[in-house]
Amino acid sequence: MGAAAGLGLGAVITVVPVHATPKEMEDAVRKVVGSAPVTKGRVKLELPPLSENGNTVPLTVSIESPMTAADHVRAIHVFTELNPQPDVVSFRFGPRAGHARVSTRIRLANTQTVTAIGELSDGSFWSATAAVVVTLAACLEDA
Amino acid sequence: MANALVNVPARARRGEIIEVKTLISHPMETGYRRTQLGARIPRDIIRLFVCTYNGTEVFRAELHPAIAANPFVVFSTVATESGTLAFQWTGDNGFSATESATITVE
Repeated sequence: MGAAAGLGLGAVITVVPVHATPKEMEDAVRKVVGSAPVTKGRVKLELPPLSENGNTVPLTVSIESPMTAADHVRAIHVFTELNPQPDVVSFRFGPRAGHARVSTRIRLANTQTVTAIGELSDGSFWSATAAVVVTLAACLEDA
Repeated sequence: MANALVNVPARARRGEIIEVKTLISHPMETGYRRTQLGARIPRDIIRLFVCTYNGTEVFRAELHPAIAANPFVVFSTVATESGTLAFQWTGDNGFSATESATITVE
C-alpha cells in the first residue's frame, strides 16, 4: 500500500527534461562518427571559460593539418550536452580551405561542456572539449 | 531582403591563405522559446551556408538553433585565381540570401 502510494507520487512529479542529456549528445556524436573510434587530441577548441551571455558565445575551432588533397580535414562538428538539442554546427572543408580553422558565435543554455569532433581525410576522428560557465542562459527568455 | 556583410581581401598573392568573414542579419529563432501567453514560437533558422570560389565549393556550414542570432562565420580559403567568391545562405520558410565578392590574385 505504502509502496503503491509512493509509486503514484513518483509518477506525478516526473518532469520531462527540456534540455538534451549527455546520453543524447553521445547518440548525436555516434550518428556522425558511426562505429569509428574517437581519439582525444589534435582539435583545438577555444571558448571563453566564463560567459556572461549565453546567447552569444564566441567559439573558434581548428585542427593543424597540411590541407592537401591526400591529407586534409573533412569536417568539424560541434556538440553540447545540455542545450535543447545536442547539435550546434557542422563545418565542411576540402583542400581548398587552406586552414581548418573556423570562428562563429553559439548559444549555450547552461553551464556545460562543449565538444568538437574533427573528421580527417584518412577516416580518423579526433575530439576536444571545453567547459564554459554561463551566467545568463540562452533559450529561456520570453519573446 | 536580408542584410549580409562579407569581408574578403581585394587582392592576394597566388597560393596565399586568405581569411573570409561573413555576417548576415537573421533572428535564428530557436523554436524553443514561448511568448508570454505560452505559445511556442516556431523555428526560423538559417540551416546552410555555402561558399563557392569561381563555382567550386570551398566551405560549407550546417547550422542548428544553437547558432547565435545574426550568424557570423569566419573561415579561410586559398587564393588560387582571380574571380568571384559567392556566398549563399538558405533556411526555414524559404529563406535564401546571396552575396558575392571579387578578388584579384597576382
